[in-house]
Amino acid sequence: MLKNFRQWGKVVTGSFPDKPGERPEGFRGKPVIDFPRCTACDRCAEACPTHAITVTSETAENRKDAEGRPQESGGRIVSIDYGSCIFCGECEAACPDTIHLTRELQPAVSDRKSLITRARYRSTGSGSWEFVEIVADAASDRQSIEEIGARVKARALELFGRSLHIREVDAGSCNGCEIEITALNNPVYDIERFGIHFVASPRHADMLLVTGPVTRNMEIALRQSLEATPTPRMVVAAGACAIGGGIFGKSYASCGGVDKVIPVDVYIPGCPPHPEALLQGILTAMDRFPSRR
Amino acid sequence: MNDRPDYFTLIGQALGDRLELRDGAAPNELYLSLKPEALSSLPDIVALLTRSLGARFTTLVANDERALNGGFFLYYVFSAPAGDLFLILQVPVDPRHMEVPSVTPVLEAANWFERELKDWFGIIAFPNIYRLAVHPDWPEDVHHMLKDFRSDSAVPRVPGTFDFKRVEGEGVFEIPVGPVHAGIIEPGHFRFSVAGEPIINLDVQLFYTHKGTEKLAEGMDPRRAVFLAERISGDSSFAHALAFCRCIERLSGLEIPKRAEVVRTIVLELERLYNHIGDMGAILLDVGYSVGAASAFELKERFLSLNETLTGSRLLRSVAAVGGVRRDPEDAVPKRQALREAVVTGREGLERLYDLIMSTSSVLDRLETTGRLSRTDAFRLGITGMAARASGIDRDFRRDHPHCAYSRVRFQVAQQKEGDVLARLKVRVDEARESFSILEQLLQQHLGEALIAPVSPVPPGRCALGYVEGWRGEIVHWAMTGPGGELFRWKITDPSFHNWRALPVAVRNNIVPDFPVINKSFNLSYSGNDR
Repeated sequence: MLKNFRQWGKVVTGSFPDKPGERPEGFRGKPVIDFPRCTACDRCAEACPTHAITVTSETAENRKDAEGRPQESGGRIVSIDYGSCIFCGECEAACPDTIHLTRELQPAVSDRKSLITRARYRSTGSGSWEFVEIVADAASDRQSIEEIGARVKARALELFGRSLHIREVDAGSCNGCEIEITALNNPVYDIERFGIHFVASPRHADMLLVTGPVTRNMEIALRQSLEATPTPRMVVAAGACAIGGGIFGKSYASCGGVDKVIPVDVYIPGCPPHPEALLQGILTAMDRFPSRR
Repeated sequence: MNDRPDYFTLIGQALGDRLELRDGAAPNELYLSLKPEALSSLPDIVALLTRSLGARFTTLVANDERALNGGFFLYYVFSAPAGDLFLILQVPVDPRHMEVPSVTPVLEAANWFERELKDWFGIIAFPNIYRLAVHPDWPEDVHHMLKDFRSDSAVPRVPGTFDFKRVEGEGVFEIPVGPVHAGIIEPGHFRFSVAGEPIINLDVQLFYTHKGTEKLAEGMDPRRAVFLAERISGDSSFAHALAFCRCIERLSGLEIPKRAEVVRTIVLELERLYNHIGDMGAILLDVGYSVGAASAFELKERFLSLNETLTGSRLLRSVAAVGGVRRDPEDAVPKRQALREAVVTGREGLERLYDLIMSTSSVLDRLETTGRLSRTDAFRLGITGMAARASGIDRDFRRDHPHCAYSRVRFQVAQQKEGDVLARLKVRVDEARESFSILEQLLQQHLGEALIAPVSPVPPGRCALGYVEGWRGEIVHWAMTGPGGELFRWKITDPSFHNWRALPVAVRNNIVPDFPVINKSFNLSYSGNDR
């Protein structure tokens, strides 16, 4: 931290993505459940303001009744969705033995399902639950950042002749995401060193970076922005609201996420996403562009 | 407080025939209940309160209390001119007529509040009937704040177009801008009428970011609604969450630990600092002064990063809690050092930046006399906070309605008279200087004491105001609990809702290329306005 308070006249730009930044002690990062210790009660799910954590009865496809309807297997599924998580720490407060907020950022993914970790529990017969297995695991931090760090420059060069143009569309965010996206342009994150520019119109853009749950009053404008963007193009949903409505969910005023309105290529979790998470997400999206031949 | 005039007797004698007076749940709230038969004298009473008494309009809350007592109530909230008191004029609305007389003719500041009232509740402040808070494709007869409207209802779109003010004449044309803007900012639509470069008229269409925050909170556990409050306006995450927590604390009569009050003040000032410094950068960027802007953004980033070190969140989220705070920014030696260091280096950085601006004539040329808002207009429109102080209005809730630890620190309320972009920049600089001084005074006070009051049930059926002076201005919330202590009604007033009205006045006769910098000098929240 103190290192950041350097005098003017010195280089302040960070070293991401070669070396991911260190998050301080007490950083509100990705909450991790110690599944083997978890007893599948639902205190954490009760405490979660966005229902990112759920504890549900398992339905097994292989257990069907005479009419072919799936039957309850008697198991329980504990699921945590980092796409909906607002990193508030209420789950940790509700169950400090089993849940810990780590200092890691949840990396962006192209598959919505890769933001979810789920574990299966079985009944011990005496009213308590016992851990069986992890059924799905969300993408984790280090591996993808390093991977992308190595590939990005080459890909950017190959795809766009060293440049990617982004149009930011606020589809009803609280402006928290905008603060962090604006920070990408500051000298510390300096996104232009990757050949990435924010442009003034969707007509100049290769990518739409969308925030907010898509309010009723922004739905049409968002569709029109996509239509105005030339192909090939990418849509990136940044922040919990854009991914699935976040704390606002779906209502008379909110569509409940960008992919309810237009197709999304990459999801960047966070509330708001840390500037490094945004960078990593934008770089992930660049990796998904079809090669220009 | 000893210097508080005896408003109870004063108002009682003047208006006792039309009002019933009673104390609110919180000690500095005086409710003036208007007798139903005196409804037609509402504008006179409002004129008396604001003009004769000098009370200042703060917000207007509507509440659907049909399930409780068969009717609707409006609460016109005024800040008394002396003695830290709020006067709350409670006005009954007959559900069969859904109409009250408009107070806008005597109180222009209430204009937008009345229009929102009609759009969201269907209560008409006659004859102020123009649409504001819903878009043209919203059906005329649907009012989402009524208790019989469910928040998950699907509301069909109906045909309709925006009705902008037209300016006609030779050479006059319109420039439509938005809702998707050129910069990385929030959505809204601006319609300029220009003749050549000068702006003749600006119409602003907002509510693109309306997320139904007040509706979603109905029936919610107040402790959970804190997370919603943090997302009313991201740049004021802490201030809004705090204003809401104070509502619940004040209606519960909850005592806040001393350390928590100190932490709240520190965090409010940290929020003020990163925003004021960031705005300086944004103003410089909009006049094309990249060197200054880059310096300011680097300084802002240092404070965002300091926030992360101190609280775990760059936007100071998950710090506020009902009854106190969840985190202590000074609970470890390295954090205390980082904060101390930031006060020293931040102050240096700010002064260097300010010197740079004041010695660059090409920048000053763009800022001076640009976007002027006169004191008269600011007063008439009810402009609040930093923008009001830049137009010569001496008003700051930190001094006038002391909250948190502000009564225990010394600070100057910034003042400028010019009302132009430069004045708003100077107010920011002065306020940032005071923030550093406030932080210095508060460092390491009451360390090690409790951070939060013990959890107690929220009492049912009570209401109270919660307010803080955020970096942008007065943030005022009003909450009422239902029979189980859940939220029955929560009204959010962001200073932007008052101050958006300043923008069309300030840009008039300026040239179009100066619009961005004028807009940035106010830096209003769309999300806080639209909710």
